[in-house]
Amino acid sequence: MTNPTEPTPSRNLRDELGPYFGDFGGRFVPESLVAALDELTAAYELTKKDPAFAAELAELHKSYTGRPSIITEVPRFAEHAGGARIILKREDLNHTGSHKINNVLGQALLTKRIGKTRVIAETGAGQHGVATATAAALFGFECVVYMGEVDTERQALNVARMRLLGAEVVAVKAGSRTLKDAINDAMRDWVTNVENTNYIFGTVAGPHPFPAMVRDFQKIIGEEARAQVLELTGALPDAVAACVGGGSNAMGIFHAFLDDPSVALYGYEAAGEGADTPRHAATITKGSPGVLHGARSMMLQDEDGQTYESHSISAGLDYPGVGPEHAWLNSIGRADYRPVTDAAAMDALLLLSRTEGIIPAIESAHALAGALELGRELGPDSTILVNLSGRGDKDMETAGRYFKLIDEGATQS
Amino acid sequence: MSAVEQTIRTRVDAGSGALIGYLPVGFPSLGGSIDAAVALVENGVDILEMGLPYSDPVMDGSVIQAATQQALADGFRLRDGFEAVRAITAQVSAPVLIMTYWNPVVQYGVERFADDLAAAGGAGLITPDLIPDEGADWIAASERTGLDRVFLAAPTSTPERLRRVVESSRGFVYAVSTMGITGARADVDAAARGLIERLREAGSTSACVGVGISTPEQVREVLGYADGAIVGSALVKALADGGVDAVGALARELAAGKNAL
Repeated sequence: MTNPTEPTPSRNLRDELGPYFGDFGGRFVPESLVAALDELTAAYELTKKDPAFAAELAELHKSYTGRPSIITEVPRFAEHAGGARIILKREDLNHTGSHKINNVLGQALLTKRIGKTRVIAETGAGQHGVATATAAALFGFECVVYMGEVDTERQALNVARMRLLGAEVVAVKAGSRTLKDAINDAMRDWVTNVENTNYIFGTVAGPHPFPAMVRDFQKIIGEEARAQVLELTGALPDAVAACVGGGSNAMGIFHAFLDDPSVALYGYEAAGEGADTPRHAATITKGSPGVLHGARSMMLQDEDGQTYESHSISAGLDYPGVGPEHAWLNSIGRADYRPVTDAAAMDALLLLSRTEGIIPAIESAHALAGALELGRELGPDSTILVNLSGRGDKDMETAGRYFKLIDEGATQS
Repeated sequence: MSAVEQTIRTRVDAGSGALIGYLPVGFPSLGGSIDAAVALVENGVDILEMGLPYSDPVMDGSVIQAATQQALADGFRLRDGFEAVRAITAQVSAPVLIMTYWNPVVQYGVERFADDLAAAGGAGLITPDLIPDEGADWIAASERTGLDRVFLAAPTSTPERLRRVVESSRGFVYAVSTMGITGARADVDAAARGLIERLREAGSTSACVGVGISTPEQVREVLGYADGAIVGSALVKALADGGVDAVGALARELAAGKNAL
């Protein structure tokens, strides 16, 4: 891939620490939160240099999450991708079923370090909420999860999981009643209860230090996968594909490859009913620069700066913003962001299930759909690494309805 | 000295302090919000803070959220904010500040927003999600146009941050009384008194307390140590429940707290 801004030898793309990534990032928050963000930044900077913290986190990854996650080559699926080799990074096999646990365990350890006893989180698909409720149970924190009312309905199973784990789930009824509004309510809670509460943010968006910190807790995905693909194939992949909502699984797998110019990076955004219809969540493809949830990034908005409601069949991608590091990687041409419709994602979900016996989360199915198209583009000699960020168990109701499997299930071909 | 600061100074010199009233533009309608704002001033409010409805208002409690969501659903546009300022300042002489989240200003254009606000007769901006650290564009535009810029100070702000807030602000510093979002509270936190003391140490001569103030007794208490008291949710609730007459009556009661020092 041609790369308009080659990294200079003195400064690798991997070294960006925030608060700004090019023109994107920063801290657009009420003054009431600045002290808490400073406290979190300072604690995080200390832990980066602390071998005991790294050892404790590594042990949790190994004995609790089940890391390293494996890679799986999927040749029967790849037959539909122009014959390209497709290799999946299996974040779906992590404890709690997605990559979200990587970040949550890091932030839970930080919460313990700064002496706070209550954690809050926002969640869309429920995966980050489940991961946070899990860590809260493990560490003995009080836990409140904010979830848009629409999402509590389409991800009812995850609501039950969080409650079973001891968390309080608040159904947010404001605005579009999805992830965006859950973040607003979580921020209001944090402003009010900051003294004893840490906000375990789920993605690489929000005010500094969240974009850099969440990326650092997720970059283990790409570090493992880079070594695993090298070992399997003897070379780096030609392309890495991941779905992008807020963008944490994508940053997690992209980061290790940022300074490998031969590796093209592709982020797949939710195009909903189509990127040219009003019902999509393709923030980088169709959005413009603006300030949302504490950072300057790309977002879906009208000319007055009012945020549009996004749409995706996937609750985890149904977000009108995106992490600032993605906006930057797009602006310098290092990563390519493309839209994938609900229909294409659901086709890819069905195809992976039928050809490989792996049911992906609908979020991850967007990356799979992208890989099918990319394989045809790059040709049969290419290797594509796909981040399978989560498993599809939570989506059975949506998929069952979509494919009409629930009532006539047994007779469906 | 700006008109806002002059108004506050005059009230403080008279042995009291300023009463600052918040209402959202476009609620219950554009004309209704203008009439309500005028009624506030006619009943003793010294400075107006007109909020621009925004889709993601993270500092606002349920009363103000409900009002601004209704205004947005009814088709509020940013230009209505300038029209409201123009109509209010044509009828009353109290200074009118705009309270707005930052993204609408960015999308309108910071320079253009400053020019249009100044042309409409507005006094400046209160920016709940813009901290001075990120405010270089706005500080430059407000210097050029002579508009006030009101930044927030919180009980958790360090002395260094309070100095920066005081140095960056013009008009007054908005001291957030308690940790939390807007909405009436039974007691205005003791934290407010401590924050005002710390703002004085940081050099502030114009510090007003907001968030949680809803009664004449609270106005009186706050004006005992601060230069101004800001009331929002209670006024919005009165307007929602009883219209312009009710909000005018509440303003008159609140203003009595100002005079009873």
